[in-house]
Amino acid sequence: MSPTEIHQRLQDQHDDAITAFEADALDPFVLVKSDSIVEVCQFLHNDPDLAFDCLTNMSGVDFLKEEYIQVVLHLYSYTHRHAIVVKVNMSREEPSMPSVETIWKAANWLEREIYDLLGVVFTGHSDLRRLLMPEDWVGHPLRKDFIEPEEYHGISTRRESLLK
Amino acid sequence: MSLINSVPEMVVTTKLDEVLNWTRKSSVWYMLFGLACCAIELMQTGGPRADLERFGAAPRATPRQSDMMIIAGTLTLKMALRTKVLYDQMPDPKYVISMGSCSNCGGLFQLAYSVCDGVDKVIPVDVYVPGCPPRPEALTEGLLKLQEKMMQERWLVRGSSAQAAA
Amino acid sequence: MSLAGYEFEVQRDDGLATEEMTLNMGPQHPSTHGVLRFVVKADGEIMRTALPDIGYLHRSIEKISEKVGYHGFMPYTDRVDYVSAMQCNQGWAMVCERAAGIEVPRRGEFCRIIACELGRIASHLLSVGTMVMDIGGMTPFTHAIREREKVNNLLEDLCGARLTFNYMRIGGVAWDLPPGYAEQVTAFLDRFEPFIAEYNDLISYNKIYVERLANVAAVSKEEAINYNLVGPNLRGCGFQYDVRRDEPYSIYPELDFDVPVGTGEVGTLGDCFDRYMVRIKELKESCKIVRQCLDMIPDGPVLARVAKKLKPPVGDAHVRVEASRGDMGWYVVSDGSEFPYRTKIRTGSFSAMSIVDKLSRGIMIADLIALIASLDVVAPEVDR
Ligand code: SF4
Repeated sequence: MSPTEIHQRLQDQHDDAITAFEADALDPFVLVKSDSIVEVCQFLHNDPDLAFDCLTNMSGVDFLKEEYIQVVLHLYSYTHRHAIVVKVNMSREEPSMPSVETIWKAANWLEREIYDLLGVVFTGHSDLRRLLMPEDWVGHPLRKDFIEPEEYHGISTRRESLLK
Repeated sequence: MSLINSVPEMVVTTKLDEVLNWTRKSSVWYMLFGLACCAIELMQTGGPRADLERFGAAPRATPRQSDMMIIAGTLTLKMALRTKVLYDQMPDPKYVISMGSCSNCGGLFQLAYSVCDGVDKVIPVDVYVPGCPPRPEALTEGLLKLQEKMMQERWLVRGSSAQAAA
Repeated sequence: MSLAGYEFEVQRDDGLATEEMTLNMGPQHPSTHGVLRFVVKADGEIMRTALPDIGYLHRSIEKISEKVGYHGFMPYTDRVDYVSAMQCNQGWAMVCERAAGIEVPRRGEFCRIIACELGRIASHLLSVGTMVMDIGGMTPFTHAIREREKVNNLLEDLCGARLTFNYMRIGGVAWDLPPGYAEQVTAFLDRFEPFIAEYNDLISYNKIYVERLANVAAVSKEEAINYNLVGPNLRGCGFQYDVRRDEPYSIYPELDFDVPVGTGEVGTLGDCFDRYMVRIKELKESCKIVRQCLDMIPDGPVLARVAKKLKPPVGDAHVRVEASRGDMGWYVVSDGSEFPYRTKIRTGSFSAMSIVDKLSRGIMIADLIALIASLDVVAPEVDR
């Protein structure tokens, strides 16, 4: 199925959940409201014509100027060999969206990573802890306004120039 | 002079310090501990072509049996605390080779938020080997430099042994 | 570390209280392939679970991309997966080319594929070598490393580095093949192909080795897809899927190669041995590809003209590349400036690590090592 057909099918079923569709982008994407993401994904996964059985990638992007955080899901279907991108926008102050872990197990770690690096809270996630950074780390480093701490457990994170 | 002339030829006279140092340097066991890309070169150095074992350096799996630690790779802040623990577990006298620009000064990753730029912020270092990654030959040279340093240790003079061990 | 959600009951048999044991494996552990850590909950020798704790090699590569620009990020991609850096180079080059609409000269594509497949041979050699070492055999490791050194030599002739190649550029490759390279590579391949059979004789069908790997931690196809296992790990489950063949990129559609899959020849389909065997078979396929490329390579330039300050239009692009550890996803967001706005790398080892918790339930502690080795997890790829 082409992305336009996929969007059409989604539109038929979940009209109010889809806020935008961009067919001309390099990777065509649908923009989904954050509170209906689970139903939409469930549909994408279960519908036999769509059958998106694999979540290949999930990334978070912090748009500082536009003041929102975007979570991007790259879906792929091994059965039909087609792909679609689903995007979800949320506010920067309290970013949160429902977890899709129950649909694709791969989302478990990917969501933990986004939580760790961007601070997006995934409601309903079974084990939302930091994944990469130490547990006592402060801040979310992939935010655009993240400021590196001066030291961590007494190890300074600065280094003078060796040429002096 | 006459005393030395009178001993048979197969006897070698030397200082006790030198004997101790010679034995030590001929079997520096290093801890099998790879952090990042440099660890692959460390592995290849231990492999059949570079063959680090001909200089007496054999890998050991645990810090408690090793004399030397090769910090091979990028030291992240999360790992830095563990590295300190590992270093503290090694018995004296212990030596550290810092392998690669990352552990020397942060190297490529000085821009990173999660990297400890320079292992010398956490533990003392004896030999720095530059390179990204250093070739096996460079690491071997580093080991030879360390052996030179070991030969200069003085164990029998009071005070200096404590200094050397520190 | 806290273990929220992983509390277990203490088991009691008649009168005799047994307690669950918590073991810490790593980050410094000789056979965890770099700095990985597992918190193992074990009941005697049987594991209840092994919880991976990662991030000991998190070098913030994604964040650095936002500071160094499109061209400047190329050396960092080497460090994403240092065992087979060529494919990472290719992934980054391809995603930038896609975002900016750059065409690669045909000879450049051939150089890329030759380099990538040599890199794959080097990577799989390390993987099968360390696998035997982890299980306890030292000798095969030295054999594999010996061959790897030869590949390293070839790659060194090509780009001047043994490990961190920085060979590719956005729009092609940095240098053409050196003179006489085709003969050198062919001579190597002639010696290398018999080596695969020798290696199989030496270890692959060794009884002890097979016993250690057969029936351990089998993964079903559905489970693998749900956890997004990729590459040899996915093919090990008997599912024939290869990005090179099914979502072709570069010049792969013109080449003729097979996609080996696990067959369950000594045990369950999808067990450790199948994953191992897929890698061995892929060595042969890579040799085939390199030979074809050397025959077919046309003349011409290897690098397209690309602006020094590359500024792709606003938008995002995603590509998938078949790296040694499987399908690697590269995602880049551009805001129209000369620095990427956001880069995300989804790697094969990352998803392989996330399934360890599930697979480790109910197997022996010693099998955990075989499991990790058979998944071919490389720490920097997990953490980036
Ligand atoms: S010095 Fe270079 S090769 Fe070594 S760990 Fe650092 S980046 Fe990797």
